[in-house]
Parts: sequence; structure tokens; C-alpha cells
Amino acid sequence: MTAKNNSWIKHIRHPNALIIIAILFVFSFSQLNITFTQFFESFERGKYMLDRMFPPQISEPMILFEAVIQSLQVAVVGTVLGIIISLILAIFAASNLSPYPLVSYVIKAFAAFVRSVPALIWAMLFIIAVGFGPTPGILAIAVNSIGMLVKVYAESIEEMDVEIIEAIRSTGASPLQVIFQGVFASIVSILISWSVFRFDINVRYSSILGVVGAGGIGWELMAATQSSRYDLALGVTFVIFLMIISIEYFTRFIKRQLESI
Amino acid sequence: MENESILVLKNIQKTYKDGTAALKKINLSITKGQVVSIIGPSGSGKSTLIRCINRLVEPTSGAIEFEGKEIMKLRGKSLRKVRSKIGMVFQSHNLIKRAHTIQNVLHGRLGYTGSIKGSLGMFEKRDVEVALSILNRVGIEEFAYKRADELSGGQQQRVGIARAICQKPSIIMADEPIASLDPSASRTVMEYLRNICKEDGITAIINLHQVEFAKEFSDRIVAVKSGEIVFDGTPDELMEAKIFQIYN
Repeated sequence: MTAKNNSWIKHIRHPNALIIIAILFVFSFSQLNITFTQFFESFERGKYMLDRMFPPQISEPMILFEAVIQSLQVAVVGTVLGIIISLILAIFAASNLSPYPLVSYVIKAFAAFVRSVPALIWAMLFIIAVGFGPTPGILAIAVNSIGMLVKVYAESIEEMDVEIIEAIRSTGASPLQVIFQGVFASIVSILISWSVFRFDINVRYSSILGVVGAGGIGWELMAATQSSRYDLALGVTFVIFLMIISIEYFTRFIKRQLESI
Repeated sequence: MENESILVLKNIQKTYKDGTAALKKINLSITKGQVVSIIGPSGSGKSTLIRCINRLVEPTSGAIEFEGKEIMKLRGKSLRKVRSKIGMVFQSHNLIKRAHTIQNVLHGRLGYTGSIKGSLGMFEKRDVEVALSILNRVGIEEFAYKRADELSGGQQQRVGIARAICQKPSIIMADEPIASLDPSASRTVMEYLRNICKEDGITAIINLHQVEFAKEFSDRIVAVKSGEIVFDGTPDELMEAKIFQIYN
């Protein structure tokens, strides 16, 4: 009986962790000076914003349309660049293909570093380097994709049966032939499915990168909020929503096509 | 001419990085056109031995003479040329599962195809015809345009043999080609392997652990135990007592 009543306690393996989380919460809450007056005032501000949001408006549909196209272009170009560079790096990062373990380690560490820096930060860095516009957006998306794709591509290669690589090598195939006809041919569907997944993520990023000035639809959102045109901002938000949803349907369609191959 | 050696191994040693001595001073001379079985318990070093021959595994020391030429020091293109003359068949077939059967057979031509063309899978029309005729020889022409993983285990192994033959090799090496097949499929695979090698004058080196198959299908049997050759002779000379010794 008592064992049964106490059973939920046993599920908490580390009661210390709970205590630490509680302390962190209280500490953070008090440090941030969140007061109740501030909390209630925000309702009033929110109402002000909401009142001006409706009805949502689209002032210049052509400009908005062009911005959507630019965002998609940034996502496509950035993703393709990221895929190509990642494939090359992954070959040297995969421990079962890489000629030197050190090379594999260095590339994986590089990818981990790139991955840990958010896309927005990359966009800001590239804006400093090459100026405003779609170029820093493309570079940010490519670099951020590399961080993830090198890892998942290399892991997919590492999960391969080494004997298949051996078999192709034993025919007298060149290293390039081993990689294309042996490695890529074996795992092409996994590679495509990760790449499509990454494209999905990149479309989301490309819509928001414009906020810091890296081109596309995000810039329109930024412009609307800065001039306090919340109705326009909501209009742009709807457009972004539509764009992302339709891309998601598109990529889902591609994935289904892949499964039937 | 009759006793011409196609392959001579001199003092081949292989010690792995962890200190395991897989092969200890192996001396072996293979006569052209013979079917040679290498038998021995698992872990005896037979897999390492045949992988040392085409240097998929790098021997620690020794010399390998293939068709009268020393190949231990070869690198890059010249090593790949030697490999293209040595077909290899594996226990687990090692086909590209999602590729068509014919594509897998054509991989045997990679060593003869330009690097870029081969990478993109663009083979000569003549090569495709050759590949189809080889599939016909191993009795699975009708599956040429099916995915390799749609075939049964025995059929997949015949694709593996077809790939090796497509290389127009002087030697075919098979590493436990029937270890994962049922007895009837095993027999079919061994018959195709031996018959084609005999018809085309290809030398065969086959790793087996089924002694009965080795006795039935080979001209010569070499027994390996703990990285050393403990028997070398005709199937008739391999007496039951000796077998017991090898496996114990």
C-alpha cells in the first residue's frame, strides 16, 4: 500500500534537480524586477496595439509579393549553397571515410561552433561584412545550414555499412566514384529528406532575417512596426503565415514523392 | 604453363593497431585457373588474408606478386588498376540496395570508366550489353531493372558474382559467399561461381567455413588457423582427422 502511494516519488529520480529549478525561477523572477503594475499596464498597451491592428491591411501588394519572392529566393540559394558545402565537408567529417581522424574532428568541431551561433547573429555579422540586402541573408542561411547538415550528413554516412564502401573500392573505383556510386547512392533518400527538412527551417529564417536588414519580407514587417502601422504589420504577418504554410505543403509533397521511390 | 602462379604471397604479416596478430608469415602461391578454398574457423584470419591481397587491408609486412608484378608498393591509379583485375564477392552481398540490379553489375566497370563519368553512372553502351549478358549467365536477367533489395538472398549473391565478373578479372575472391544462404541457394551460388570461373579461366579464392562445400567445389584447400596455414593440399588429402584438428 505505502509503496503504491509513494510510487510517484520514485519517478522523480533527481529531486535535487527540482529544487535547483525552483531556486533559479525565484532568483530570476526577483532579479528581473517584474512588478504587477507593469504586468497590468501591458494589457492596456496590448489593447492599444490590437485596436490598431484590425482590420489588417496590405498597402502595396506588389512590393509585398516581391518581398515574398525575395525571401524564398534567399532560402533556396542559401539552402543549395549550404547543401553543396555540407556534402563536401561531411565526406571528410565522417569517421569511416575521412583519411585522418584529426580532419574529421576539426570539421565536426567547426560545425558545432557554427551551429551554436543563431542565424540572426550570422545575418548581423554578414551585414557588417557585405552590407544590407539579400546577400547577407543567403550567407547567414548557408552557414547556419552547414552547422546542422554537416552533422546529420556525416552521421548518415557513419551509419552506413563499411563493407559497401569496401565493395565499390574493390572494383578499382576512384575515390570520387566510391563517394558518388557507393556512399551517396546508398543514402540518397536520407540525404534528401534532411535537406528538405532544412529548407523548411530556412524558409522560416529567411522570413525573419529581413528584420535585421537582410532582405525579404521581414524588412516589410520591420518597416510597418517602426511607423506604428500595426494594421500593416498584421497584414504582413498573415502573408508570412501563408508563405510558410504553402512551403510546408510543398515540402511534404516532395517527401511523399521520395517515399514512393 | 600449367603450373604458372598468378598470385604469390611472401611472408605476409598483419598486426592490427591493438596488437592482434591476424596473419603470421603467410606464404602462398596460387596457380592460374584453380579454384582454391580457404577454410578455417571464424577469426582465423581468412577475411584479413583475402583483403590483404587487393590491399583493402594494408599488410604490415611481406610481398605480394600479382601476375608477375610486385603490388605492395602501388598507390593511387596503379593500385586501382590491379583492383579492377581482382573481383570480390562478399558474404553480405554489399550491393547498393536501392539501385537497379544492372547498375550494381555495372559497378564492376568503374575501374575502366573515367572518374567523372563513372561517378555519374554514365557507362558505355557496350558495358551495359556486357552487364546484361552476365546477368543472363547467372540466370537473373529478368531482374535487371528491379531494385537489388527486391531480390532474394541467393539472387543478390548472384548479382554480387555478376559484378565481380563484369570486371573481367583474372582472380575472383569470395569472402564467405554462402554463409548467410540456405543449403539449396548455397549450392546454386557455388555452382555459378565455379562454373563461370572454369569457363572463363578465372582463378578463384574462396573463403568458406563449410568444409563439405570446400571439398566438393575446389581443386585445392588451404586451411588457416590463428593466422597460420595449417593445411595445404587437395580435397582428397584433407582427412577428417585433419579437419577436426583445424576446427579445434
